[in-house]
Amino acid sequence: MSAALSDIVVRAEGLVKSFKGFRAVDGLDLTIERGMIYGFLGPNGCGKTTAMRMLTGLLTPTEGTVEVLGLSVPKDAETLKYKIGYMTQSFSLYGDLTVRENLDFMATIYGLSGKRRKSRIGEVMERYELTDLANRFAGKMSGGQRQRLALATAVLHEPQLLFLDEPTSAVDPESRRHFWEQLFDLVEAGTSIVVTTHFMDEAERCHKIAIMEAGKKRADGRPKDLMNGMGANVIEIEAPNLRAIRHDLLGSDGILAAAQLGARLRVLVKQEIADPEAFLRANPALHPATVIEKVRPSLEDVFVTTTGEGRQ
Amino acid sequence: MRSLSRIAAILLKEFNQLRRDRMTFGMVIMIPLIQLILFGYAINTNVRDIPVAVVDLSQTGISRVLTQMVEATRVVKVTEHHSSVEAAEAAIKSARVRAAFIIPNDVAQRIARSPATGLGTPASTDEETSRPVAQWIVDGSDTMIASSIKALRSMPLSELFREAPNRSTPTFEVALFFNPEQRTAINIVPGLVGIILTMTMIMFTSAAIVRERERGNMEMLINTPVKPLELMIGKIIPYIFIGLIQTVIILGLGHLLFNVPFGDKTVDLFAGTLLFIGASLSLGLVLSTIAQTQLQATQMTVFVLMPSILLSGFMFPYEGMPVIAQYIAEVLPATHFMRMIRGFVLRDAGLLDLHRDVLWMAGFFVIGMIVAALRFKKRLD
Repeated sequence: MSAALSDIVVRAEGLVKSFKGFRAVDGLDLTIERGMIYGFLGPNGCGKTTAMRMLTGLLTPTEGTVEVLGLSVPKDAETLKYKIGYMTQSFSLYGDLTVRENLDFMATIYGLSGKRRKSRIGEVMERYELTDLANRFAGKMSGGQRQRLALATAVLHEPQLLFLDEPTSAVDPESRRHFWEQLFDLVEAGTSIVVTTHFMDEAERCHKIAIMEAGKKRADGRPKDLMNGMGANVIEIEAPNLRAIRHDLLGSDGILAAAQLGARLRVLVKQEIADPEAFLRANPALHPATVIEKVRPSLEDVFVTTTGEGRQ
Repeated sequence: MRSLSRIAAILLKEFNQLRRDRMTFGMVIMIPLIQLILFGYAINTNVRDIPVAVVDLSQTGISRVLTQMVEATRVVKVTEHHSSVEAAEAAIKSARVRAAFIIPNDVAQRIARSPATGLGTPASTDEETSRPVAQWIVDGSDTMIASSIKALRSMPLSELFREAPNRSTPTFEVALFFNPEQRTAINIVPGLVGIILTMTMIMFTSAAIVRERERGNMEMLINTPVKPLELMIGKIIPYIFIGLIQTVIILGLGHLLFNVPFGDKTVDLFAGTLLFIGASLSLGLVLSTIAQTQLQATQMTVFVLMPSILLSGFMFPYEGMPVIAQYIAEVLPATHFMRMIRGFVLRDAGLLDLHRDVLWMAGFFVIGMIVAALRFKKRLD
């Protein structure tokens, strides 16, 4: 992918946001290219929502510069609002209005009128399966239905860039899968998407991700590259006394993390250790007959290694 | 063009939400209806039938006739009889009665010497011979009750002797304009328009912006290209209609139930009311940009409502207040509206006669809208 200027939709340099001395976002640099889904992955309170709000002009950065779709933010935020769509974390449409009334309202607010408004509302209702729900009150719909309505209103004015703040936190796995398919349809049609999430499987679907922790970007790139370039080996141990082994391993030096997955223990061993399997076998808690296997790293492993503190 | 259609969209949204909020919609009609009936009948500054105790120390025919004459004024109503002044004072203390009427045992002699009998001035008029006939002990804490009983002070007693009351020539002649029958409702009902509009208009709009914030709609709304002023205008228009409906209810029912006139200045009346509605709504919007929750918005509404009731001249005459309180009252839209609506309805005044109030209210509206729009930030920080 070439990095010509027009292909960059978001460029941020040295972005800082302080709230009364607390640095919610601390020196963030970002370059997001056109035509991809870019994910912010991180735990709650890592600053991903704050970062997104600065990109859309809702928050003024304490330091740093932001340029979105060639416009300087927050100076040109009002012009930008015609070109971007935004889906908030919690449902923010009107519960006491029907689906059609909500769509009508938002279409007019975005300046769509006459035939264009009518045809766009028809299109999104069709595409997001809202036609049968047209006269339902938004407040009386299920999580999945509300999410479809929220996405439909966010894309009504055909934005070039879509911001989604934890879009799937209130929906079931089935709706979630479906939702991501719809996002890829949008990307195919030329939309770029920025999404925040704390789900690993969701992050894995993104073209590129940034892993965030405590307001800082710990790593970024394609999920696959991140997994391959991880500074640790992943070993799985199958044994009966896993809790004891885990306790033992966490104390030793070369181990970054150990987490139990059912009958197996997933251990992250530092890259410096040349033969991780032999390193683990040397541990006295391990029975000689224990099954030890080197496995492919997952995004969760990347997350654990990059966020440093070796969380479990 | 875009602005106009956006305002129309916000307007339609507000109408739809209001239409579905049955409780609020009911209040729009019920608040003026109930308050009009309640206050129209209840508020009365002509005090009557004050409960009093009688201590008759003379126990003669003339003392009983005197008691009946006092009762016949309808100002007081005798509910208790006591044999000692102490017992009557205790009755006042315990609030069973508001006053005690004490008739001394030499009441007959006192009456004979009193000029109030209309029998002409007695021959030997030194201070000793002419004394008050009887005494009132009054619970003076309520000034209105006290002054009603004080009015009995120089009650003529000529009736005791079947003489026509002594018609003396008054020092001044008083001609009562606009409310010759001195009915309180004539003054209260138009004022009630101002109070009810202050309450409902400020309450509705003070919640308007906060509600969007509390329900989470605000985060989405500020991400759209909507302009603050468009939002403000779209939000107040539905309430202008509500205000007009309430005005019609109050004045219409006031005419039917209490015979309050409309006056001939219908156009001026509605123009003035519209101005007041606008001023109240813009004040509500300013409060809405300050309040963080709907509860805070309601508290702020009460903060404005109380002085609007007590200082605006609705209950107590503006002229009787100290100058500082008058300055405070001048700030409130309700004070200006009180003057305006009473002028239109009762004194047949027009907008031109009341141009100072008109200008002030128009200025209040414009400044309020600008302040609200400036205070409304499309930012979260």
